[in-house]
Amino acid sequence: MDFADISPKLTMLVYGLVAFAVVVGGLLLLLDVVPSYFARRRERQLIAVAAGEAPALPPGRMHKPREFGYAIFFLLPVVVLLLIGLVVPVVRTLVLSLKNGDGSEWVGLDNYGWMFSNGDILSVLWNSLLWVVLVPLVATSVGLIYAVLVDRARLEAVAKSLVFLPMAISFVGASIIWRFVYAYRGEEQDQIGLLNQIVVWLGGTPKQWLLDSPLNTLLLIVVMVWIQAGFAMVILSAAIKAVPGDIIEAARLDGVSAWQMFWRITLPSIRPALIVVIVAITVATMKIFDIVRTMTNGNYDTNVIALEMYNQAFRYQETGQGSALAVFLFILVIPIVIFQIRNLRRQREG
Amino acid sequence: MAVFPRRRQAIVIATVVGLALSATACGDGDGNDSGSGNETSAECSAFEKYSGNDGKKVTIYASIRDAEADLLEQSWKQFTDCTGIEIDYTGSGEFEAQLQVQVDGGNAPDIAFIPQPGLLATFANAGKLKAAPADTKASAEANYPADWLKYSTVNGTFYGAPLGSNVKSFVWYSPKTFKEKGYTIPKTWDELIALSDKIAGTGEKPWCAGIESGEATGWPATDWLEDIMLRDQSPEVYDQWVTHQIPFNDPKVAAALDRAGTILKNDKYVNAGFGPVKSISTTSFQEGGLPILDNKCSLHRQASFYANQWPEGTKVGEDGDVFAFYFPAVDPSKGEPVLAAGEFTVAFADRPEVQAVQNYLATPEYANSRAKLGNWVSGNRGADINNFSNPIDKLSVQILQDQSKVLRFDGSDLMPSAVGAGTLWKAMVDWINGKDTASTLAGVESSWK
Repeated sequence: MDFADISPKLTMLVYGLVAFAVVVGGLLLLLDVVPSYFARRRERQLIAVAAGEAPALPPGRMHKPREFGYAIFFLLPVVVLLLIGLVVPVVRTLVLSLKNGDGSEWVGLDNYGWMFSNGDILSVLWNSLLWVVLVPLVATSVGLIYAVLVDRARLEAVAKSLVFLPMAISFVGASIIWRFVYAYRGEEQDQIGLLNQIVVWLGGTPKQWLLDSPLNTLLLIVVMVWIQAGFAMVILSAAIKAVPGDIIEAARLDGVSAWQMFWRITLPSIRPALIVVIVAITVATMKIFDIVRTMTNGNYDTNVIALEMYNQAFRYQETGQGSALAVFLFILVIPIVIFQIRNLRRQREG
Repeated sequence: MAVFPRRRQAIVIATVVGLALSATACGDGDGNDSGSGNETSAECSAFEKYSGNDGKKVTIYASIRDAEADLLEQSWKQFTDCTGIEIDYTGSGEFEAQLQVQVDGGNAPDIAFIPQPGLLATFANAGKLKAAPADTKASAEANYPADWLKYSTVNGTFYGAPLGSNVKSFVWYSPKTFKEKGYTIPKTWDELIALSDKIAGTGEKPWCAGIESGEATGWPATDWLEDIMLRDQSPEVYDQWVTHQIPFNDPKVAAALDRAGTILKNDKYVNAGFGPVKSISTTSFQEGGLPILDNKCSLHRQASFYANQWPEGTKVGEDGDVFAFYFPAVDPSKGEPVLAAGEFTVAFADRPEVQAVQNYLATPEYANSRAKLGNWVSGNRGADINNFSNPIDKLSVQILQDQSKVLRFDGSDLMPSAVGAGTLWKAMVDWINGKDTASTLAGVESSWK
């Protein structure tokens, strides 16, 4: 390739790096200078107070306004970014969901009515439900079983990294890999897909795996489980290792079986970690988009909410219907978030 | 408490500032070197009418990418060199969705090449597009059939001239195999079916097809439906169909889809080289016709641009490895309809330099300049056919320039995108997978509001 061809891109890259350096460097500088300025001032004041030169103010009153200033200083960027990136879009999406396709007329709740009456969209909702129920359950179980089985086994690190590796692959990359696994060629030809080749070896006839509902959705779910099980395994394995040794020893002395050990000791001890894993995977599953778009593009009854939302809003220019789907997805996530916050709070209190 | 010791902090600041300074210094350098390159040679005299816009910049946004985008930029190089207008071209694979976002965000390009008249009409109705300048209009009217210009005319206002085109009514075949086996090119629908039966009689499947195409999966099947709609019915009925004056599940449409089904859903005919009928929906459109090269498949209905899908070294031509014949009419005495598609050059701004570019792109001179670079088809009747080198491009241009042929635009591009790029594509996938004609069409009808 000619250097002249890529030089504009290189220039862009340089600009990007400079912008990054300026922003990040500036922020670091600010974070460094401001608190140290206050710290030094306080130091001086303390010295002054200690030397008995200044009139002694009640110490509690003195740092209250300063703490408020600190809070503002650290909260402001977050609040501004949340406002721009989250609150404003949510409000706008809510408003758009009550309007028609090009946002020119108010249509009330028509878009929501459409969502729950259109057969295609109902199948989208059912598929999403299948995803949200199955993926956290299966991925967490697989991760947990694996974590328990390899715990203190020989070559534990190797066994764990094998399961964890898929986490490092992007969803699109994983989907492309699995599309090859499920690939189909006619009976009289050489199979290029692993699954069909196995079927042929076992004497069966090759099948178009991604074509028949609901099997195809289950096969897509396998991909997600493949990616997420590693995440569940790592967190749960760490939690298992953190179970206090004296509890285990006490249980052993009382003569528990391995089964009782798992249900009565391990599981209750790792409950907080288990909840975190399930919540994280559930939220990730609700947003699932890449796998479906890459593998079937939502055809053959495999569509899910996030993909349909994108299609409606950006491909069909039906902004109203797309927004309604987005709002519905948002509402679905809320209970999980509330559950998670309450859970955190309870932990902190306990 | 300090995060850094003092000295290191100073170094960080110095580095950041230094980098920023050197970058701005670089930025100053590559500014106006292409601007005032007015060549006063004879070559530039042809561009005199576009002069007076030296150093101005025009942005163009389209879906054309990679090698074809390079050819595009090459094709207007002389124009930019002579006039001093700088054209900033961007091609994107997400063109349709991104254009909407850009326009909504008040960030529209000056010019866009829109391949869907439906989308063009959406922008026109929203008041976003500028009417085409008078010169563009005059040039377009002189060089394109009035039928074709209707597609960029909304409520009586003409918005832009056609740019590139492609012909969809083609059946790809292997001239070599046809010669060996003594097959002749069918001239009517009945001959086409007779040939298919003859090949099927030898135990081979005659047709291959593939409609998988990422998020556009299903579109090649809509071309079948449209092409047969044009043949089964009159062009007038076709126009009523794409503008929803007759319902989508009208018996006429059902008849056309059933006729497509006599080939696409016939297990004796398809899917050569891939498997049963259902394998059509998971075979990618790029791979769909390739079994022709292995003699596993004889016929593949696909547009002229399928020429790009043959592997390197494949000879495309009447005496080569592959070539295409015109998808025959059902009743040739009623005229030979052609299904085609292409982009229209429309503008979101009306600055003089934008109009100059628009005017230039509408001329036969531009069409010739682009044609000479190869791999392109234009319906511009002022273009010299000898400039088109590739045999399939030449054949396409011949068909497009033929005044006796009735031209119609790809119907799914004319429909609202929720139908033409949404429910219709999905419906065709379901139809291939075994859904019956009546409920397939009824589903599309219910989605058209």
